[in-house]
Formats: sequence, C-alpha cells, structure tokens
Amino acid sequence: MLTVKNLESGYGDLRVLKGLSLHVSPGEIVTLIGANGAGKTTLLHTICGLVAARAGEILFEKASLKALRPEAIVRRGCALVPEGRQLFAPMSVRDNLVLGACAQFKRGATWHDVECDLDYVYLMLPKLKERQGQLAGTLSGGEQQMLALGRALMSRPRLLMMDEPSTGLAPLVVKDILRAIAGLRESGSTVLLVEQNARAALGLADRGYVLETGQIVLEGTASDLLHNRDVQRAYLGREYHSIAE
Amino acid sequence: MAIYDEKHEKMARPELRQLQVERLQPMLNRVCRNVAFYRRMFEEHRIEPERIKDVEALRQIPFTSKEDLRRSYPYDMFAVPLRDVVRIQCTSGTTGKPIGIGYTANDLRHWSELVARNLAAAEVTHHDCVQVAFQYSLFTGAFGFHQGAERLLASVIPSSNAGTLRRQIEIMRDFKSTVLCCTPSYALRLGYAMEELGVHPELLHLRCGLLGAEPWSETLRAQIEARLKMAAYDTYGLSEIMGPGVAGECQHHQGLHVNEDHLIVEVVDPATGAPMPPGQKGELVFTTITKEAFPLVRYRTGDVASLDESPCPCGRTFARISRVSGRTDDMIFAQGLKFFPSEIEDVLLRGKGVTPRFGIELRGTHGDDEVEIRAEVAQSLTATEMKALSERTAADLEGTIGLKAKVVFMLPGAFGQPEGKKVVNVVDQRCH
Repeated sequence: MLTVKNLESGYGDLRVLKGLSLHVSPGEIVTLIGANGAGKTTLLHTICGLVAARAGEILFEKASLKALRPEAIVRRGCALVPEGRQLFAPMSVRDNLVLGACAQFKRGATWHDVECDLDYVYLMLPKLKERQGQLAGTLSGGEQQMLALGRALMSRPRLLMMDEPSTGLAPLVVKDILRAIAGLRESGSTVLLVEQNARAALGLADRGYVLETGQIVLEGTASDLLHNRDVQRAYLGREYHSIAE
Repeated sequence: MAIYDEKHEKMARPELRQLQVERLQPMLNRVCRNVAFYRRMFEEHRIEPERIKDVEALRQIPFTSKEDLRRSYPYDMFAVPLRDVVRIQCTSGTTGKPIGIGYTANDLRHWSELVARNLAAAEVTHHDCVQVAFQYSLFTGAFGFHQGAERLLASVIPSSNAGTLRRQIEIMRDFKSTVLCCTPSYALRLGYAMEELGVHPELLHLRCGLLGAEPWSETLRAQIEARLKMAAYDTYGLSEIMGPGVAGECQHHQGLHVNEDHLIVEVVDPATGAPMPPGQKGELVFTTITKEAFPLVRYRTGDVASLDESPCPCGRTFARISRVSGRTDDMIFAQGLKFFPSEIEDVLLRGKGVTPRFGIELRGTHGDDEVEIRAEVAQSLTATEMKALSERTAADLEGTIGLKAKVVFMLPGAFGQPEGKKVVNVVDQRCH
C-alpha cells in the first residue's frame, strides 16, 4: 500500500532521513521505533507532504505522493494523527470531527455520508459520543487523543499514520488508545505507528523498523524485534527489569 | 501442494525486491557499525551503505572470500556480542582452517523456518518421521534438518550415530521412517546395504529424501530413487550462510528455490566477478540480509550453478538455482570445454551397472588434451560387454558434453575403497 524507497529529507542544512526504505502492506500495523531525533516524525511528515522529500520515492497505492500538497495527500487516503493532538480547543468534539471530514466534502460527500462516518467513529470510540457537545479543550488527555484519532478517521483514510499516540498519557489510558488501534486492525485499516513505548507498539504491530540517526538498522516481524537483544537493551529496557509501562 | 510460508514464498517479484532492499540497507548499516572487517572494507573502497539504493548497487561492494572468513576465526566476523549468541557451529574445515559461525535466537528461528520451507516443499508434514543421518557435530547439516523438521512438528530421529549402515536401516524399518536426510552418496550406500541385507525397500516406509551437502547428478538421483523407492529432493546450503535451508527443490524438480527474502543470490563469473546472464553457469554469491550474528556481504561460495528467475509451476516466486554442478576449484577445462566431474558421472551412470567411482586423467599438451576416464562397474562383465559399454559411454560423452574421451571400465573394487562410497579422482598431467 505504502512503499518508501531511499527517502531523503531534512530541514535546511540538516539531513535527517538518509535514504531509508520501508513498506506497509494493506491491513498491516507497522511500527517505527527509535530514540528521540532518529527521524520518526520527520518520516511521517515527509510522507504527508509537510516536509519536502529531497530524494527517493514515496508510492501510495502505486502512485507517487512526492510534490503533492498535504491536503491532496489526505484526499488520496493518507491521514496523520499528529503528535500532541493539535485539536481545535474552543470547538466542540463534534465540530472537531466534522472538520476532519473536510476532505470528504471536497470529494463530494453529502451531509448524510458524513453523519454515517460520525456514527462509525462514535461506534469505534464511544467516549466521543458521550462528549460530543463538550469543548475539545476541556477533554482529558486520553479523550483528546481519541478525538485526534476520530478526526483522522473522518477522512476515511486507507492508511492511518499515528505519531506517538501515548505521549503524556497515564498507563491505563495508553491501554485504551492501544485497544482502539487494535480495533482499527479488525476493521481492516492499515496503520503506520510511531511510538516511544516500543514494547506496547511491538505487542500490537505485525512488523517494525528500528530507526537510528535517519537510517533503518533493523527490519523484522514484531516477534523478531522483540527477541532482538539490541532492541531489548535499547528500547525495551530488558536489562532493567520491571520498568513500569 | 503445501507451501509453508505463502506470504513470502509467493511474493510478487517487485515486492520481493523492495523487501530485499529494506533488509539489505539495515544490514549494511549494521555490519558497517559492528564488524571491523566490513568497516575497513567500506572505508577502503569509499562505500557508504546509504548509497546502496537497490540490489544491483550491491555489486559496488567487493566480495567476501572464504579466506577472509578463515582469517576472522574464531570471532572476528561476529556482528553481535557473544552474550547474544546462542549457538556456534563450524564449517567442516576439509579444505583448510575452519570458520566459526554464530547464531542469535532470531537467527536460529529463521534458519529453522527456512529448512521447514524446504521440507514442506518435499511434502513433509507433522505426520512424518524424519530420520536425520547427517553427522551431529560442529557441521550444520544435521541441526538444520533437525530444527526444520521439529518446526513442522514432524517426529525427528537423530540417527547419525547409528554406527553401521545395518543399524541405520534397522532404525528406518523399526520406527517406520518416512523421510531421510543425508548426503546423496550415503543414501546410495544405504541402498546397496539394503540389497546386501536383503531388506526390500518396499518393506520400509520411506517416502522422500532430502539430500545435499555434496554435488550430485540427475543419474545418481535416479539410482537413489530406484534403490530406495523414494522421491529424492536436492537441497542446498552452506554453513557460512547458515547451513541447509539456503535453497531447496519443489515437487517439479526444476531447480532449487533460493529463500530470497532472507538472502540475495548472484551468479558471477569466477574469473572476473562480473554477473552471469540468467541460465549461464557461474559461481554462487550470497548476501545474508536478515542474519544478526554472522551477516555476510557478497560471500563467494565456490559452488557453481546457474540462476533462473522465470516463474515456477509450483507458484513460488523465488528464483531457482540449478543443481550445483561442482566447485569453482574442480572445474575442468579441457578440449576448449568447461565441465565438472559430476557431469562425467552423470553420463557414466547412464551405463547399466556403472558406479559413481571413477577417475579422470588429463594428458597431452595445451590445446591438445587427451582425457581418459576409468570407472568401476558393479559386477564383472565380459570383455565384449565392457567394450560395448565403453564405446557407448564415449559416444554419450561426446554427445552431451562434447568431450572426446577414452573410457575404460574396471572390475568391482578396483578403486580399493569400501564399496558404495563415491570416488572421484581427477589427475591433471598436461603440460601447459
């Protein structure tokens, strides 16, 4: 579904991604793990068109995404749940969700279609239905994350990219978020997940890539990565038992 | 027909290429960081792993030779600390100093899986009783098949220490073994021993054999299949890369599928290192793209085969290598031809009653080569029969290989060594 070949990008003189290649097949959950500054967010932003690719290819369903504007990429079916949620705090939950359907309206969807999508999102994330009239800024961290996810789902993405959905959330809330992502898999969605919490991400994902300083140093099934001793030491804290997750 | 890992074994070629690149790049990054030999090599040749953008670009990197690995003995080529290594094996060291090979837990898991694929391609399932007659030792053969068969949940009989052929056959009979893993020459010896002991192969339950670890011929396959009443599958592997599981035949017996999601295979001209066109014989070169403990970049195997990327009727998309016809080091050049002892064997064994025990003698001055082949027959023949057999074989050699050779047949036991054991002597007395 998504194929990235030898992608290079960065900011000004700074070269962040140094020629990396990866792919996500339909129905897969693929996770990217890596330390801060490895280039995970830059990779997502480059795929979404927020940062320009300097070299390499990004193919989404066999068509190139390079040189497309971010909104065009969303219309193709690639949605990003950004790090830190980036909600519209003074607007209601429902309005935030409807804004997510912007790409749908542009594609010619009617209000009826959008209502159906809303029902689907409320079904997947029931908490949002309870809070639909509340202002987004007054939600708890976990609910805000759910809302960010719901807003992305409103564009009916075929590929959903999530940037650190568990940041700053209490462990129990993280579990809820992860459960929601697992629910997406059941509905056939394809997910590219960037996550600091490597153990949780690998517990959920089919495959993963380990990023270090803009290069991929390891690719494998989730179970391969969980059993790799370098991953265990660097990202799973294996040699420091019982780190709370 | 069962395919063990449909997702990978039937992957479309472009997707497979992408996966290979995705695995190759991280692997190059790892060896560059963790293996002093490769870091030096990359620095010397100004190779930056990030510049290797596709599988073809791999050709910029120099080969890794057996000699490089020997120099690294025991631990210098390991890419992970020893505490991450869960198994150490060695090459046989028959051609010199041995090579030590390490495996992480993931490496062992992948290895078992790849052998399981080969076994499954030979229709081995959890209903089978797999008799592993390879030596359990530092050598990888036995362990590879053992783990692969266990992965398929088959019943494994590690019978290498049976001691005698008779005991091996008894085990086979008593436990109703259905699958045999050993070298082709050992399988043939078992066949002869059965005849001597009066054990009819149809009293046994053998269904198939996965044979490998030495070059063998189609004719030898036919003999083994006839004597043991089982389907013989060719398998290919070498300890430096992992052991068995590198490549194996499917039911169509039209070459061995290389497990390309874990390995990149090339066939190169042994003299120049240039890639050989598909279908042309050359030296097999492998790059391991998933190995953690002992990754190798462009390792020259010394084994000679050709590569075929055309689709196989079995549905697997992995490229096939031809049966390994010999080693780069026993390739014979004579009368303007390149050929291997195994090709001679192939022709010889077409003659009724001829054994795979033969010698090739090369004489004459350069450009005017005389080739004499002496082969042992299984039972005594009359002089006229011998003469007819010689003439037929000589004509056959000329017809298939193009070789004009004098063929002499000798009485059973002429080579002195135990009967049934393969003997191939090549003597080159030419003045160059």
